[in-house]
Amino acid sequence: MKKPSRYLASRAGKSTLAALAISAVLGLTACGGDIGASASGGGSKSNCGTFNIAVNPWVGYEADAHVVGTVAKEKLGCTVNYKTLKEEVAWQGFGSGDVDTVLENWGHPDLTEKYIKQQKTAVDAGPTGNTGVIGWYVPPWMAKQYPDITDSKNLNKYADLFKTSESGGQGQLLDGDPSFVTNDDALVKNLGLNFKVVYAGSEPALIQAFRQAEQNKTPLIGYFYEPQWFLAEVPLVKVNLPAYTEGCDADAAKVACDYPKYDLNKIASTKFANSGSPAYSLLKNFKWTNQDQNTVAGYIARDNMSADAAAKKWIDANPDKVAAWLK
Amino acid sequence: MSIATERADRRRRSGEEPSEPPRRRPPTTPPVVSAGNTAPGFLRRNWRSLAIAGLAAFWLVLWAAQRGTQTLELGGADKTEVHLWLNNVRNSFDAARNDSPFFAYVVQPITDGINGLVTFLQHLFSQASAGRPVPEVGWLGLVVLLVWLAFAFAGVRSMLLVGVFVLLFGFFGYWRESIDTLIVTFVAVGLSTVVGLPLGIWMSRSRRASAAVTPVLDVMQTLPSFAYLAPLALVFGIGPAVAIVATIIYALPPLVRITEHGIRTVSPTTLEAVTSMGSTSWQTLAKAQLPMARRTIVVGINQCTMAALSMATISALINGPGLGIPVVQALQSLDVGSAFVSGLAIVLMAIMLDRTTTAASERSSIAARIQRGSGASRNGILGGQRRRRMIILAGAVVTAAAIYLSHNFLAFAKFPSSPDLGGPLGKAVSSLTSWFVGTFAGLTGWLKESVTALLVNPLESLLAQSPWWATGLVLLGLAFVLAGRRAAVITLACEAVILGTGLWNESMKTLATTLVATAVVVLVAICLGVWMGRNKLADSVIRPVLDAFQTIPSFVYLVPALALFGPTRFTAIVAAFAYGVPIATKLVADGIRGVSPVTIEATESMGTTPWQMVSKVQLPMARSAVVLAANQGLLYVLSMVVVGGLVGGGGLGYLVVAGFSQSQLFGKGLAAGIAITALGVMLDRITQHAAARFGSPR
Repeated sequence: MKKPSRYLASRAGKSTLAALAISAVLGLTACGGDIGASASGGGSKSNCGTFNIAVNPWVGYEADAHVVGTVAKEKLGCTVNYKTLKEEVAWQGFGSGDVDTVLENWGHPDLTEKYIKQQKTAVDAGPTGNTGVIGWYVPPWMAKQYPDITDSKNLNKYADLFKTSESGGQGQLLDGDPSFVTNDDALVKNLGLNFKVVYAGSEPALIQAFRQAEQNKTPLIGYFYEPQWFLAEVPLVKVNLPAYTEGCDADAAKVACDYPKYDLNKIASTKFANSGSPAYSLLKNFKWTNQDQNTVAGYIARDNMSADAAAKKWIDANPDKVAAWLK
Repeated sequence: MSIATERADRRRRSGEEPSEPPRRRPPTTPPVVSAGNTAPGFLRRNWRSLAIAGLAAFWLVLWAAQRGTQTLELGGADKTEVHLWLNNVRNSFDAARNDSPFFAYVVQPITDGINGLVTFLQHLFSQASAGRPVPEVGWLGLVVLLVWLAFAFAGVRSMLLVGVFVLLFGFFGYWRESIDTLIVTFVAVGLSTVVGLPLGIWMSRSRRASAAVTPVLDVMQTLPSFAYLAPLALVFGIGPAVAIVATIIYALPPLVRITEHGIRTVSPTTLEAVTSMGSTSWQTLAKAQLPMARRTIVVGINQCTMAALSMATISALINGPGLGIPVVQALQSLDVGSAFVSGLAIVLMAIMLDRTTTAASERSSIAARIQRGSGASRNGILGGQRRRRMIILAGAVVTAAAIYLSHNFLAFAKFPSSPDLGGPLGKAVSSLTSWFVGTFAGLTGWLKESVTALLVNPLESLLAQSPWWATGLVLLGLAFVLAGRRAAVITLACEAVILGTGLWNESMKTLATTLVATAVVVLVAICLGVWMGRNKLADSVIRPVLDAFQTIPSFVYLVPALALFGPTRFTAIVAAFAYGVPIATKLVADGIRGVSPVTIEATESMGTTPWQMVSKVQLPMARSAVVLAANQGLLYVLSMVVVGGLVGGGGLGYLVVAGFSQSQLFGKGLAAGIAITALGVMLDRITQHAAARFGSPR
């Protein structure tokens, strides 16, 4: 019994020594050194504090987040934290203070109801200026070769073309990230289409699939959306679903109509909105076009720039727009 | 030491012998043989095979006749009552958050405690602390501190390893994320050990405790991590606390299981000897069982650390700090290069922790031996000890100085941005991948298509397209025939649960994918494991690769797998394979190595060929390890099948992923998590009972 305990004692001794060393050294005031000076320099800039931006998993959103974040960091002196989260999860962070803002919200009436109206942990911070479109797209070569494919009524005729090893004898409809806003399972069923929804899993996977389909002239139909930088590289053609009417998508299981046009908006946590942070007024004023977002998203995804470098490049090229946000 | 070299010598000698073709002995008759060749005797002896054949025939006939009817298929957007009910539970849970005492006095203190601890460590080492642009201790201080700790606990080699690797994290461009990961892993493994070791010891000493805890461990291990991420985030909020809790749930079971296994398998002869000397049960534990199970327990802690690392990455989805964040970001942009570099950082960290903990434990056992040792050698080593102690003290002074410098000077606080190794490496990997994908598209396509068409599709059709009652009856029958009445009862219960979740069809699809992946895993694990168990060189080459694969967060190899195979079930199988093979192989290898050298020598003296040695001696004697490997492989594959939902794996995995991210599908996703758990418990019980029946040579 003695031996292990002696060993443990020496082990504990070492750890204590380490802890003592750290605390003793940190206890010393910064006599000499250059950190104290730079810290006070950063501190005098503003009273912004931290700014927690949720980053949802598509590159257009990433563009929004890093442009706003970079402006907040450089012009307002905020400490910006980017938090990579899916849409639904990000909303959960409003109440606990983990998330200050969701920068590009696609509708989500159920979340709006729950967090803004019932729990009152979040508020609407106005439109981003982007218009969102969701739909089914085919590569351009298919629209050229089969002109009537762009009407959903004719899709059953072509179902065989879209068969894959994954779609079990039916045509494959390729969807994106399971967290994306989608009615496709219900649509396929309610429109009586001989198709099966297969999930590619992410935006890049969708893009890769469409890119290959256009390059190799292979058939593909899938879920896609605007604003989207990739449409400049391959101009996918949208398939027309039965027109959207107000309320036709009220019951998620019975949807048989197209997606609405989305006026994308910003959501902020109530705490953050009431904090008087200069970052909140930046957030409220932030507004840009689909074109702007596609430019930054293209820098990131096509040119492989880091999100911060891409944001900086756009900010440097558009000082007027940025200045308007800071008013 | 001497035994090891002797064995190595023997192996070399046997390698020089010209290997004769394996002679097959006629199949040995089963030991129960009693009656002659009369028909009833034949029936009695072969009733199992006959029953299996009968079940298969029944199944095939029904499948052919009734394919596609009563499959209980549920549309993607459709929900059952159960799913809606679970949604409501979630909502009322959410509403109760603010005024329930349970939240105020139990959940909140835990959350705050863990968050506080992690934030404290982050401010100390990795993130800007209040009023400072940098953490309290900068890179120089931390590197020197870690190096010094490695020297003090584990020795010179570990010290060099730690120094080089920690600097590499910085040069890869992931300094802050790496230190965050270290912090999360450290806290999670620490808490796991505090809970897990006593639990494992208790289970090894009490059959009843073992019986009570094992199902809980099964549930913890078979619950797909995504399935509990969403409910956990509901309870603990998003952030470090939930990351740590999720990591503990994931990393604890292997530690407990392996600790229990290690203590239980201490040779009964030794225990008898110790008991006969009049030891109390506490003395038996402390003096015999724990020291003898030390090697296995260290394996357990290693497994726990590896699991913690890989889960710490996945928890980036709920805002867990660390290297998972760049990995998730790389996935979003399908950036194989960045995924590779951040994945590499994780692998290096795994190797670093693995080697350092192993070296530290070896040192501790050496230290214990020295204290027991005698005479001259003792004095010599103690002299070395004294010198070491001086170095450690000197190191403490250097460490203090480094911490002081890094606290006060920006150059020593903020990791230098050059040389940048990560950027160029990432670019190289990206271009290599696109070249590979472009060049071998035909081959990968062929592989994917043929495995899907020949294995996955037929099995899935049989399982999921037969009427549900037919498949259910056949599974029940197989459980009874292979594993006995108790396994059949559990199977029935699990089937009832699956039916209750309303996801029978999806469950059968998942079962098909899981079975194919597990079959491949077991096959490869046996081949590799036997090789590693018999050949030290092979072991020392393959083991680090396995360690690496085991700790690459599943996301990282999803990226190249996705690039190679596209979003398909086959991609999920590849990912599950990569995830399940390492643990299964290691278990087989350890089992083979654990076969008594006396037995091997005896067999060798009878002039057996290597093939006979493997098939007649080593594999049968390591049978329980092989079964454990199959069992663990199965559970690992099943847990990976969920992640496969992210890359087109379909089935329950997709539903869990969807439920995690779509508010109205929360209940359905949770139901899918329950169904996966039921599936896992069912498969686990069947394999374990079957193992008990056919397995152990005892």
